[in-house]
Amino acid sequence: MKNNRREFIKTLGLTGIGLSIGIDGFSNNIGLKKLTPATLALEINPFIIIENTGKITLVNSRPDMGQGSTQAVPSLLAEELEVSLDQVSIIQSDGRSKYGSQQSGGSSSVRGLWMPLRQAGAAAKEMLIKAAAEKWGVNAGDCYAEAGKVLLKGSQKSVTYGEVADLASTYEVPKNPKLKDPKDFKILGKYNPRLDVPDRVTGKAIYGIDAEIPGMVFAKVVHSPRIHDTIASIDDAATRKVTGVLDVIKIERAMPHTKVDAVAVIAQNQWAALKGAKALTVNWKSESGKYLNQNSSEYFEAAYNAAKKSGIRAEEKGDFDANFESASQKLEAVYETPFLAHAAIESENATVHVKDDGSVEVWAPIQGPDGALSQVAQYLGVPEEKVKINVTLLGGSFGRKAYMDFLNEACDISRKIKKPVKVLWTKEDDIAQGPYRPAMLSRMQGVIENGRAKAFHHQAIGESIAGQVFNGLRPNTADDWLSGELSQENHQYNFEVNKVSYSRVKTSIPVVWWRSVYASNFGWGQECFIDEMAHEAKKDPLEFRLNLLKNAPRFTKVLNLLAEKADYKTPLPAGKAKGIAVFRSFDSISAACVFVSKTDTGIKIDKVVSVIDCGMFVNPDNVKAQTEGNIIMGIQAATKGGITFENNQCVQSNYHDYQVLRNSETPKMEIHIVENYERPGGVGEPGLPPIAPALGNAIFNLTGKRERKLPLEV
Amino acid sequence: MPVFNLNINNKVYKITAEADMPLVWAIRDLANLKGTKFGCGMAQCGACTVHLDGQPIRSCQMPLSAISKKAKITTIEGIAEPTLHAVQKAWIEEQVPQCGYCQSGQIMSAVALLKTNKNPNDEEILAAMEGNLCRCGTYQRINTAIKNASKML
Repeated sequence: MKNNRREFIKTLGLTGIGLSIGIDGFSNNIGLKKLTPATLALEINPFIIIENTGKITLVNSRPDMGQGSTQAVPSLLAEELEVSLDQVSIIQSDGRSKYGSQQSGGSSSVRGLWMPLRQAGAAAKEMLIKAAAEKWGVNAGDCYAEAGKVLLKGSQKSVTYGEVADLASTYEVPKNPKLKDPKDFKILGKYNPRLDVPDRVTGKAIYGIDAEIPGMVFAKVVHSPRIHDTIASIDDAATRKVTGVLDVIKIERAMPHTKVDAVAVIAQNQWAALKGAKALTVNWKSESGKYLNQNSSEYFEAAYNAAKKSGIRAEEKGDFDANFESASQKLEAVYETPFLAHAAIESENATVHVKDDGSVEVWAPIQGPDGALSQVAQYLGVPEEKVKINVTLLGGSFGRKAYMDFLNEACDISRKIKKPVKVLWTKEDDIAQGPYRPAMLSRMQGVIENGRAKAFHHQAIGESIAGQVFNGLRPNTADDWLSGELSQENHQYNFEVNKVSYSRVKTSIPVVWWRSVYASNFGWGQECFIDEMAHEAKKDPLEFRLNLLKNAPRFTKVLNLLAEKADYKTPLPAGKAKGIAVFRSFDSISAACVFVSKTDTGIKIDKVVSVIDCGMFVNPDNVKAQTEGNIIMGIQAATKGGITFENNQCVQSNYHDYQVLRNSETPKMEIHIVENYERPGGVGEPGLPPIAPALGNAIFNLTGKRERKLPLEV
Repeated sequence: MPVFNLNINNKVYKITAEADMPLVWAIRDLANLKGTKFGCGMAQCGACTVHLDGQPIRSCQMPLSAISKKAKITTIEGIAEPTLHAVQKAWIEEQVPQCGYCQSGQIMSAVALLKTNKNPNDEEILAAMEGNLCRCGTYQRINTAIKNASKML
């Protein structure tokens, strides 16, 4: 164990020997399992390094793509260790298994690390206190820790952590350190400015695109417009005449489930690579046998056909079909959501050096260094010990940079040219190559009896991420990742009869998770349909929901707070309307009330009031910031055109035809957080799913017309 | 290859590059000032916004050949006076950035706005900031921060 610590210190290049500590048994979090291929670590995980020079370093094991993990993750350690974040250095983990799962995704960082990292902090604190007590010859019970020091009660005596770190490192790590009562938290749950913000406003923050390695060359990868085509021939004569172009080589784009041909233009600078790629002619050989529903029209036709048939049952309480057959008051509708690109402003990029000695070093904006480590090792056929992953900041991601095809491209190029290389995708690659949030249908069926929703069926229809990306879905089975979002346990509506089913519609259009994953698709159908049922039952949509949620106190509280803050009961003047929706995802409940008005040109979104119950949280301001971001992205998903494929290729290519929300389209936003001591839930995604349906319901209340297909016209 | 003497942040950089190289790549890769970001490459996102003689421009659309010899270029690294510009202070106070990738461009647009209009109203702010995309959705904070910065100036 001690060797591990020293090895860790050595690999970090730290000089002073001191204490480094982590904790056993990372929680086997449900949300994490789905996203990460990495095995959970069982060894001691060194998250806290205290050098005897006094320097304290905390490890952030979750890459920061804007969700605030640089503050949130170390805060969990700092709270129990009794240090403030401005006293410590924070470094990013490098993918080694001793840090456990390191994937930012599934809104999992705080909820997954809440206990293990607090335990790591508390264990270190106990060891430091014990060391100080031994040094002073007093009882540990007479000592306490504060602000990076151990103090002796009733005296002026104190030592810094650095002074007792060596002694502390000789002790066994306590297995069950005492954790603080959340009521005594000094950092968690409190407003603290994010200390990484100054670098983000001065241009000093380093993103993947900023990586600069001696001897590095630049590559622009030319991809197949129809994604799966092979190269018939390349005419690179014009490209090779571009000043700065060094080479043109065939490479591969290795996606998780398939490999396709690509061409790399290698140059001395990024501009020459881009210019050289423009001058390149690649004759692509159509691989029509590989296209499967690779046009939007084909995919949706298949999906609407599936909506006419039963799906595979995922869960059922009661006999839905029998109830539906015999019901006198029933309704049915199909809702549609499009493919969406993530469209982060920083496009995909990676810098890789496959070295002569067989080792590999990576600098990249990726969501999971552990996944990157195993992927690179496997892809290049080198042992993991020979791979070093340096995670930079991510200039946005929203799920995209957890799909590391761009990293494989850089690996392939570097091994072929035997130089360090930076691969930078253009926005056109980002938009037109995928992977995308899958387009989905929700076939909704409901039965009303005595003014109440009796039976409810959500049939989810579309491509499965697990099925396509991981080839992890057996035929004739429901994707439980997907159906879990729709389960009664999740939505908690107390329908007497409840059914969830799934119909897979395969496509060769690459898909992957997109902020809030399937919740971003299925919130639309579920929550609009609840309003449809409420109207059918001649009930107010809020009352209708509250009636169904009588046994769900947290949902009830969220909705009541929303009603209060949105002044729900006060009628709006003519030409104005509001709509609500609530959805639970990633262990958090979020509800929104969207206000719309009629204008001369159409419909305008005036205001969004959002409520989130994410249990305990780290920084209320960051919860608000993430929810603001979710509202903006949710409105984009609901109102801007999605990704479409025609002639087996993506129609959109950049922000002019794949639009994201602009400043002037921002409604007034109010965020309210339910404060409680519940187990932490996710923050980065749960605010998004209610936005589209709340808007759809508002538009119905304004116009009387029920829209079931996104995007909406506003 | 042509040589350009670019005045960036009051320092002259001798840049040897093709005349059609857009300014953003000269700033980033040849002057090694990485604060200016490359986004869409077609003046849709504003991530590459810098000042050319005080005017905000999209540096991805500005070839080196179009830059006059006397032109003064200012990037995010050149606005601090002396420690932080009021806009940067307001950005920190309001905790604007999430990922932060677009914020250099946002800040350069805001600084240019406040240079010519010390007290912009809502419409003027939206007009000045419309060309700067933020995928994280920090717009409400950006607009608040601009108003707060205008009070500091």
